[in-house]
Amino acid sequence: MTDSLVSTPDAVRKHAAQAAARRRRKSRSALAQWRRRGLMAAYIVFVLLPIYWLLNMSFQSNNEILGGLTLWPESFTTEHYVKIFTSPSWYMGYLNSIAYVLMNMVISILVALPAAYAFSRYQFIGDKHLFFWLLTNLMAPPAVFLLPYFQLYYTVGLFDTHIAVALAHCLFNIPLAVWILEGFMSSVPKEIDETAFIDGYSFPRFFVKIFIPMISSGIGVTLFFLFMFSWVELLLASTLTATNAQPIASVMTQTKGASGIDWGTLAAAGALTILPGIVVVYFVRNHIAKGFALGRT
Amino acid sequence: MNKIQNNRAWWLILPMLLLVAFSAIIPLMTVVNYSVQDVFDANTRFFTGTEWFKEMLNDPALQAALLRQFAFSLTVLAIEVPLGIGIALIMPKRGWQASAVLILVTMPLLIPWNVVGSIWQIFTRGDIGLMGWSLRELGYGYNITANPVDAWATIILMDVWHWTPLIALLCFSGLRSIPDAYYQAARIDRASRWAVFRYIQLPKLTNVLVIGVLLRFMHSFMIYAEPFVLTGGGPGSSTTFLSQSLTTMAIGQQDLGPSAAFSLIYFLIILLVSWVFYTAIMNMQKDKKNEEA
Repeated sequence: MTDSLVSTPDAVRKHAAQAAARRRRKSRSALAQWRRRGLMAAYIVFVLLPIYWLLNMSFQSNNEILGGLTLWPESFTTEHYVKIFTSPSWYMGYLNSIAYVLMNMVISILVALPAAYAFSRYQFIGDKHLFFWLLTNLMAPPAVFLLPYFQLYYTVGLFDTHIAVALAHCLFNIPLAVWILEGFMSSVPKEIDETAFIDGYSFPRFFVKIFIPMISSGIGVTLFFLFMFSWVELLLASTLTATNAQPIASVMTQTKGASGIDWGTLAAAGALTILPGIVVVYFVRNHIAKGFALGRT
Repeated sequence: MNKIQNNRAWWLILPMLLLVAFSAIIPLMTVVNYSVQDVFDANTRFFTGTEWFKEMLNDPALQAALLRQFAFSLTVLAIEVPLGIGIALIMPKRGWQASAVLILVTMPLLIPWNVVGSIWQIFTRGDIGLMGWSLRELGYGYNITANPVDAWATIILMDVWHWTPLIALLCFSGLRSIPDAYYQAARIDRASRWAVFRYIQLPKLTNVLVIGVLLRFMHSFMIYAEPFVLTGGGPGSSTTFLSQSLTTMAIGQQDLGPSAAFSLIYFLIILLVSWVFYTAIMNMQKDKKNEEA
């Protein structure tokens, strides 16, 4: 608005037209916002519908499941959950899975932090090739490594232990961690390192006391991805274990019995595998919402 | 950022290198070893050279699986990338809604892959599944165990359900890292919604999208558990993808030599496609920077 004092008829008309356009824009943006919410809601329904169906099944008795389609559990029962929580072969599956996922997260982040720092700060012989080679490990199909892994871990006596699965998952998790962390570290100005060294910090002390707190949200995001890819993988996990460290994914195949599939227990076990993920997202949601741009900019 | 030349940085890399080498190089060498030999038992083996590779490349079943694999990967990428960007753009940015939507949208990503298969198996069964039952009630003879088209459509729908959140999540956080000043400048310039997307948001998303597309391509190319649980590769072999062919050959039939050769070919294809894609994008960005400079 250049002139707040409207005097000539022409200017009055112009002013009115501008005001009308502003109103139209506002109502259009309100409309757009509702359309936005509608689309978002539609997508969320799409995401939740299969999960709802799983929950629905998990609270029904097998007779009700096979007796006919019911949109909600009419004879609500928790028998399947009780079965899972009282039988060691079931709940040990969850504990085994959680155990190797945590081990993998700790190992991966501990070795990836210094490596990512080296890639983000220094130039050294073979750095680019090494980085590309790391990424190629991300591309290796687990099916390719199935047999050699089995033989390797059998030979070194680690077969059917948690650490075997944790180490096997390092194949794709360490490269991923280095890749993500390197991006975060490169966005921290190099001057910070130099100042700290001038102030007399030794490298380890600087790294732990100053640098790690600065990229804490990067570490959060990395841990999220490490958890995700280790928790969901089952081909390697079930090949490298038999009974002592059996992951929940292969315990679930028990539901296929001689008399058909035990749908209720399968659904309940599936529903319980979703929970740890929700807990992890809950913890990192703010880091994600704060925004991060992966990769080299 | 200009980096310091320092070869002592190798010491920082070393622990990681040892670990990854243990779980990557030794097994890979085993595979290479098998691929050039014919193993009868522990003591009898013959050197076969490139014979297994030739056999695998000429195997019509594997060629068909490879074609299916490419068709599948390209289809899911073509659906998931635009859809993921779209979702990221309409996700709420502040308040409790932002957290709630973020958690809900991310949920499918954190479900073990065979459970994803089970969820969709339960969801799409004609007798007890909501989707299968509804489609049948509507008069469509939906059947994933007999009709290849239904099986394909279901697997693609499942993959979209499962993996669109990854693209959406990466794009969402990429968008959140754009400073508000950019949007204010656009508003002053009266930029249209499309112009804001094309010249502010999309360039900022390039990096996350490169990672997203690469990850999606690699994972869709290695897909195993979900179709295995949902359709078991059928009807016939219409949804048998490469990983499943490979595991059947290696574990089921114990054909070490051919399956090792097949593994290497498989690995090289993923490597080649990813490398071409990565280099192409990097060159495009370099060109753009050169033009600006």
